[in-house]
Amino acid sequence: MPDTLLETPLCSWHSAHGGRMVDFAGWQMPVQYASIVEEHLATRQAAGLFDVSHMGRLSVRGPSALSWLESLLTRRVADLAVGQVRYTLVTSDEGPGGVSILDDALVARDSDATDGTPRLSLVVNASNRSRVVTWLESRLPNAGVTLTDHTLETAMIAAQGPRAIEIVTGLCSAEDAERIMSLKNYRSTSATVARRSAAVSRTGYTGEDGVELVVATADAVPVWEAIHAAGSPHGLTACGLGARDTLRLEAGMPLYGHELAAKSDPFAIGLGFAVNLAAVNGSPRSFPGAAAMRLMEAAMPDKVRVGLVFDGKRAAREGAAVVLPGDVATTVGTVSSGSYCPTLGTAAAMALVDRSVAAEGTPLDVLIRERPCPARVTPLPFYRRGATRS
Amino acid sequence: MATPKFAKTHEWIRLEDDGLATVGISSYAVEALTDLVFMQLPKVGRQVKAGESIGEIESVKAVSDFYAPVSGEVVEVNASLPNQLETLGNDPYGSGWLVRIRPADPAEIDALLDQAAYDALVKSQAH
Repeated sequence: MPDTLLETPLCSWHSAHGGRMVDFAGWQMPVQYASIVEEHLATRQAAGLFDVSHMGRLSVRGPSALSWLESLLTRRVADLAVGQVRYTLVTSDEGPGGVSILDDALVARDSDATDGTPRLSLVVNASNRSRVVTWLESRLPNAGVTLTDHTLETAMIAAQGPRAIEIVTGLCSAEDAERIMSLKNYRSTSATVARRSAAVSRTGYTGEDGVELVVATADAVPVWEAIHAAGSPHGLTACGLGARDTLRLEAGMPLYGHELAAKSDPFAIGLGFAVNLAAVNGSPRSFPGAAAMRLMEAAMPDKVRVGLVFDGKRAAREGAAVVLPGDVATTVGTVSSGSYCPTLGTAAAMALVDRSVAAEGTPLDVLIRERPCPARVTPLPFYRRGATRS
Repeated sequence: MATPKFAKTHEWIRLEDDGLATVGISSYAVEALTDLVFMQLPKVGRQVKAGESIGEIESVKAVSDFYAPVSGEVVEVNASLPNQLETLGNDPYGSGWLVRIRPADPAEIDALLDQAAYDALVKSQAH
């Protein structure tokens, strides 16, 4: 653990507004202000405002930027349209035929320079930023690509929830508002928000509609405060990492270090869509570890990721054993994330379980502090916006 | 009614006129936990030792144990509390009580922290 924690440009704002600050991946971050449950429900019902400046923000520019990332990421990059964003894995070679998943990331082709040079960005997890940067630097060609880590000179703010777009676009010119409102999911644009330049993408980690904004460090507080002030009358609430975690759990989204790790099989955990193995113009894809990924794709995984919903509110935490009902000695899986889920009103978890018990509706027990607690296999996500679920 | 004493682990205990001691969780601890979702109380009749875990309280973020401030026998539990966890926040020193213990040695209560010493502990932990 570092001696001094990194602070986002919004750190003082969080402290001044009752944020309970914790160490998260070397950053001083708010886990909650008043109540995780209230912050969670505000995001589902109106909007939540999240400081996600701890996420790593890298830029990849230059004439070879597209082909270089195409050669390194599991997802196709060369065919990205300007303003398009994709979820991808970042892998490294691990000896002959091996693979190690270093991180999951969003890759975007933000804009092209006037001479047509592509400008791409990667958003990576705070906990993996330094090793991803080190890995990418080790693979840089002598010319044609510039890799820059902009994490410490920018801030990232997420506005999420059914009212988020309306609140943010209320701080833009009519033209910028129209462009943001018409953005499709996983598309990005640049706009002026509260009189400051922002990269705006229709992405998030909550299962709600919304945007993520990247702004310069000096603009973080003014933009945050403008959104907060404009949104508060509509029910917008500042949210900490606690609500971010319960929201992404309900949305069935993986978190590196929990659902996803270095040795994960992406096809077993529902991330096969992020591994593009089909040949391109007759050439097989050759990102690091592609051969190992091909074997994983062809094999039937022993264990798969499932959702588990409990009757009660008591949460199974990461590492809890999943067992057969009434048979605590037969472990059939392990919980990767679990919590009380405010929208569901009960506890839920994601777990990696034997394929033989992965069918929807299968009753299983989870050992919570050595006590078996009944749960049922449930399709992911637990929560889908716009859907009525009881 | 006697004023409560406090354990370093944030339980309060109050010796009542009937010789039984009521045990609860301090308002500071309840406020620090927030978002309570589950509570497990001990069984009536259980013999407990001072400092022994006698139950669990779970918030959205974490599970915490709570501990017997003194040795004795659990003679009553606040059975409705696990279904009304908001009572803990609304009235931590009244209807939010957890258990009643018949103390093996009432002098153990005297040895616990008084309000001023507990407040000082809380202040030191907040920094």
